[in-house]
Amino acid sequence: MTTPRFEVRDLSLELGGHPVLRNVEIAIQVSEIVCLLGPSGSGKSTLLRCLNRLIEPPAQSVFFDARDVTKMDVLALRRRVGMVFQQAALFPGTVADNVAFGPVLSSRDLSDGEIAELLDLADLSPDYAGRSVDQLSGGEAQRVSMARALANRPDTLLLDEPTSALDPAARRHVRETIIRLRQDLGLTVIWVTHNVEEAAEVADRVYLLVEGRIVDQGAPEHLLRPDSLHKTAEFAAGQLE
Amino acid sequence: MENIPLDQLSRILLALALVGVAAVISRWQRLDLEKDILVASVRAFVQLVAIGYALTLIFAIDSPPAILLLLALMTLLAGHTAGKRGRGVPHSGRVALLSVGFGAAVTLGLLVLLGVFEFTAQQIIPIAGMVIGNSMNVCSLSMGRVRDEINSHAAQIEAALALGATSRQAGHPYLRVALHAGMTPIVDSTKTVGLIALPGAMTGMILAGASPLQAVQLQIIVMYMLIGAAAFTGLASVWLTYRRFFTPQHQLVLPAAPGQSS
Repeated sequence: MTTPRFEVRDLSLELGGHPVLRNVEIAIQVSEIVCLLGPSGSGKSTLLRCLNRLIEPPAQSVFFDARDVTKMDVLALRRRVGMVFQQAALFPGTVADNVAFGPVLSSRDLSDGEIAELLDLADLSPDYAGRSVDQLSGGEAQRVSMARALANRPDTLLLDEPTSALDPAARRHVRETIIRLRQDLGLTVIWVTHNVEEAAEVADRVYLLVEGRIVDQGAPEHLLRPDSLHKTAEFAAGQLE
Repeated sequence: MENIPLDQLSRILLALALVGVAAVISRWQRLDLEKDILVASVRAFVQLVAIGYALTLIFAIDSPPAILLLLALMTLLAGHTAGKRGRGVPHSGRVALLSVGFGAAVTLGLLVLLGVFEFTAQQIIPIAGMVIGNSMNVCSLSMGRVRDEINSHAAQIEAALALGATSRQAGHPYLRVALHAGMTPIVDSTKTVGLIALPGAMTGMILAGASPLQAVQLQIIVMYMLIGAAAFTGLASVWLTYRRFFTPQHQLVLPAAPGQSS
């Protein structure tokens, strides 16, 4: 078996004295789209933040390409693992300023052509480059934040409920863009959501988290069969919230 | 030791009549401030008389260790006060004490080294009072502003960190805003000084019989020194406060962080 892009081994974590993650074990293969599904407060965002060390995991619990992330240079790790949040959280300025942010940090300026190419990856036309971020709709802002994350040329994208603040059309558009990005760039995608239909549509595999534990895992079509005994079907039926 | 002359005491009592008028107005308008007015008047009297005697004593001793001891006490008190105003900043007391101490030490040190003031009790202590008091205000303003900016821009800061920014790069725009907020009041009051009201040091000198030009000379030095103190204290408090919100691994730590609960 090939080395997983991310592997989490027996990860338990407390925040502010409360256990948030308990003995979590997951493995994500290169170019997979994996959804972390679960009710709010189940620890899925915390798990995601442990992967790029926005929250520090214990040593020997999170591995990126078989390397303990706590032994890696944290800034280099984050450049290889892009992240898109629930809120676009754009910086004041133009769309181009935002897209160029990551490369500028490592003293690399992006050409207009490169910016146009990144906007195109996120399904935005090149003439967005000069627009002020104040003039964008929610869906457009979220796609700018995707282009911004892609500018570092990451291998992996972490998505923390990127569609939950969007209207249905914009939500569908973001999903389609992510699926296409995986096809075109071979990105590994780890996608936190509480939306079962979304997980069923995009995911190769699903992990279900409840109260900080992985209680179910597998292919979505398998887990979601109505006659399934799996917890994911219960979650989908609203019995776990 | 010298005492407050009796004729001066009668002046104080006459001025007290104004406090009485204020209390009557409070009663008449049901402001419910009589008790506060009374407490404030008594406290002002006791505190100022006490500091008057303390200063007389220290001026009489006029030894560097005694001066330094008093400066340390003043800094402790100012740091404590600013720290209490910095709620929501982890270890705000320590941050405030270090910032006020740094701002005051650098400013006073420079003034003495450059020979603007002599290191005598009579010169240093009143000057230190102004510098430390001003630093205290700058410190609590900047600490509060850093805290508010980080809390309200947590999403942008985490986004920047996730893109590979260091905590310093991610926080820099908000630190600038906070430093600006901390220094603005003293810069503004320096712009209008003398136009609306005569500042305290100058008023005091004129009342004590100095010529207006002598008084102006001191006041100009005071304003410049307060701007310097604001810059030193502001820088220190912004820098120390922001560091309390980040780990060495460039992670944002909020007392109750959004997005970290789930």
